[in-house]
Amino acid sequence: MATAVGGKVRVAPRGTERADLWWLEPLITVVVLGGFVLYTTWAMVFGSDHYFADPYISPFFSPCIATNCVDGYRFIPWAFSPAFLIAIFPLAFRLTCYYYRKAYYRSFFWSPPACAVPDAPKSYQGETRFPFLIQNLHRYAFWPALVVVVFLWIDAIKGFAYHGHFMIGLGSLVLLANALLLTTYSLSCHSCRHLVGGYLDMLSRHPLRYRLWRRVSFLNEHHMLIAWCSLIFVAFTDVYVRLASAGVILDPRVVF
Amino acid sequence: MAAVAERPAGGPSASASAAGQTVTMRIWRGDAAGGAFQEYTVPLEEGMVVLDVVHRIQAMQANDLAVRWNCKAGKCGSCSAEINGKPRLMCMTRMNTFEPGKVITISPIRTFPLIKDLVTDVSFNFQKAKEVPAFKPKPLDPDGKRRMYQEDVDRVQEFHKCIECFLCQNVCHVIRDHEENKQSFAGPRLFVRLAALELHPLDTNDRRELLKYKAGLGFCNITKCCTEVCPEHIHITDNAIIPLKERVVTEFYDPLAWIARKLSGRDPRKGIVE
Repeated sequence: MATAVGGKVRVAPRGTERADLWWLEPLITVVVLGGFVLYTTWAMVFGSDHYFADPYISPFFSPCIATNCVDGYRFIPWAFSPAFLIAIFPLAFRLTCYYYRKAYYRSFFWSPPACAVPDAPKSYQGETRFPFLIQNLHRYAFWPALVVVVFLWIDAIKGFAYHGHFMIGLGSLVLLANALLLTTYSLSCHSCRHLVGGYLDMLSRHPLRYRLWRRVSFLNEHHMLIAWCSLIFVAFTDVYVRLASAGVILDPRVVF
Repeated sequence: MAAVAERPAGGPSASASAAGQTVTMRIWRGDAAGGAFQEYTVPLEEGMVVLDVVHRIQAMQANDLAVRWNCKAGKCGSCSAEINGKPRLMCMTRMNTFEPGKVITISPIRTFPLIKDLVTDVSFNFQKAKEVPAFKPKPLDPDGKRRMYQEDVDRVQEFHKCIECFLCQNVCHVIRDHEENKQSFAGPRLFVRLAALELHPLDTNDRRELLKYKAGLGFCNITKCCTEVCPEHIHITDNAIIPLKERVVTEFYDPLAWIARKLSGRDPRKGIVE
């Protein structure tokens, strides 16, 4: 039924005429993203017993800079899980990411749950007020996340060395793929696209920045896909290292 | 609610067996005083789009049915409506994309005041457009000409595809579900317009303050519905709204950018000395 709202007619004001499975996408996001957050929290809080399986280290703990690390750089006195010192940076990067904002505003906040489906909250301020105002500092989450990615590449390279010998193990390839995916995710970021040249009105005057901007723009078109792939794979990498460290699985490897 | 269903693209065509078939449409009838959905059943023919069926209903059963249309080619942006709850152009929605025998629901776009039946008053968008500072070009080159290079033009070209159907404005939950935000939010169509000017290689107007305060860019939580419904497939969120948000961040939220601006005295976008 129609209801007059402030002199205008709204058709079925609190409902939607959509009869397709509009709720499926937010549901999948809640399951996958919520599952990732729960798993990451568990790994950070309770999972510090099995994050290193020589020569592999879990990406949640790398670079391992706490003095209580099993392996790594070990220079910050720390009594808690070493992951707290590191994982917070990539997590902040994902939390403020333009794509994930869409995903969780839709799925967790129902603002809106799907297109042309009414918002759940009665009032709405968007990103004009605290805490969502902080989303504007996404670029400041980008740089630390990029530094972490550099260390993940170092880990991936170390994953091909075992006590002075070159080796190839399944874990080496997993760490390599993880570094590649996280690099692609970081470089396809919208803030990165802006910083490499998007801020310019006349890209033609800056050929190098124009080329960089074109390449980042290409990656940026696939940012959502890369975001999900890298999210799932980084959790898989942690699981792999954890199972190898606990002796649940045997890492198949060839040592030269 | 009546059962509605859509056939996935590429599925078997209803038009192949359209001869002798009928279609039932549930169309919103009413005006500012109120209204209700009414059902109409009319013959279906091969190649029809939703607008054809609405016209047939208008011709055969409801002569007073109000519907706005013009080109019937997806270029004038007049026939925007909500088809089975999804904002679409009626002239670009083929009947063979629906499952035969299912009722199709057509309602007016909901974000704007209803005039009659499927016609709404979209003047909100034109009022907001008046607030956008016009193009203000740089001085002429010494030879009396202005030059733009393809690299710079490519980026803003996309924005000029907009046909002003206002489906993006309609689907944007900031004003669709929160009427009170209309005062302080311009909407995706206007952000596309602002991006076309703000990213233009020859323009000298600075619209960042307007974007933050008057156009309410911060209200957008980039849920991308505007991009999803755009019949011209403009990447509204990725190529217009987010680049504008990043520029607003540089101007108002980024402390390092502020320090750099103060030290150099230059606007990094255009190389202009402030």
